[in-house]
Amino acid sequence: MSKARTTTASILKSHEKELVADWQKELASAGSASDVRIGERALHAQMSEFIGLLRDAAQHGDLVDVDRTAWQPMRQFLQEVSRSRVAQGFTSEQTALFIFSFKKPLFVRLRKELGDDPETLAAETWAATQLLDRMALLAMRSYQQSREEVIVRQQEEMLELSTPVVKLWDGVLGLPMIGTLDSARTQVVMETLLQRIVETGAEIAIIDITGVPTVDTQVAQHLLKTVAAIRLMGADCIISGVRPQIAQTIVHLGVDLHDVTTKATLADALALALQRSGWTVERSSGQTR
Amino acid sequence: MDASDSRTVKLTTEQDVVSARQAVRQLCQELGFSLVEQTKTVTAASELARNTVTHGGGGEMRLQVVRNGTRRGVRLTFEDRGPGMPDIEKAMSDGWSSGDGLGMGLSGARRLVNEFEIESQPGEGTRVSIARWK
Repeated sequence: MSKARTTTASILKSHEKELVADWQKELASAGSASDVRIGERALHAQMSEFIGLLRDAAQHGDLVDVDRTAWQPMRQFLQEVSRSRVAQGFTSEQTALFIFSFKKPLFVRLRKELGDDPETLAAETWAATQLLDRMALLAMRSYQQSREEVIVRQQEEMLELSTPVVKLWDGVLGLPMIGTLDSARTQVVMETLLQRIVETGAEIAIIDITGVPTVDTQVAQHLLKTVAAIRLMGADCIISGVRPQIAQTIVHLGVDLHDVTTKATLADALALALQRSGWTVERSSGQTR
Repeated sequence: MDASDSRTVKLTTEQDVVSARQAVRQLCQELGFSLVEQTKTVTAASELARNTVTHGGGGEMRLQVVRNGTRRGVRLTFEDRGPGMPDIEKAMSDGWSSGDGLGMGLSGARRLVNEFEIESQPGEGTRVSIARWK
């Protein structure tokens, strides 16, 4: 095999320019090269780098064992390429095609060089195809990983975005809940709300559930726990945004919310909070609605 | 009574419960359910879907449009291959919970719909079928 290995390496070295040109043609025929998202020059640079790394690794290491340290630069390169493909909005197929489309130019080149030695040609072709398959899988894995990282980041951002604690009045905090109230969200809500109660010395917190479409027993339980925690801090809690359909559903579910002050709208809840903390709101004379 | 338009939603994670709710809400809207009817059906589905995920170890929900003469409604069937329930009577009673929930899910869901059937074999799984008519 040592002869074969050097053959691939030397082909990669001596024919780099032709290989890149053929590769570009191949990609173009698959309809993926002339893309505005990635410039021709950038693509060209990536191809040259890929071939260079492949050559280095083929010279030093086994062509098949991709996990060895000789392949470390190649793995890093594939990760970067996949990451940039994700950022540029390429599909996973297009990312894999980038690697797979290198097969044909390489095999054609191998046949030209090794045409008179069928056994070496077959062995070398097999090794190269295995190798490129591994490269593509590696690229796929990085692609997938980058996508998952994006999703996780978005989830975290959403968690934070969706739990803004706002000051409605002196001593009155408001928390408009939007979306699904699951355990993770409740935890974030509880933490931010309790923290803000300490910071502001607020006496009343209003949790508005107008934006929560479904109130089932789990949501009710989470609300009850949050209310209990707020009370332990010496503050009081009002839940607003209980719409008629939600009220009827809660009654049928049999969840006991008797101990919790609830209001239909945020305005009602604020009015109650002001009243409890001794404020009165008056319309200045002469003004009419 | 004949059934048509059947589709299923996989239930394996907490996120699937949200998808199940959305599927049920959409179907109820298509059938012209009132807001109260929609909310009740969706809430019942939410309870049962969560049971399937947390107690049944995952399963699926089947949505069907059912007709009885001129009346139309939805039938939802939740199936899992989980540990099942040894005592359905007890599981159906208010306030009894095998986990750390409120223990109102199953009994509450029954009160939110028109028809409620439950079958469970310990070690084989649980099947809950509910229907709500317009």
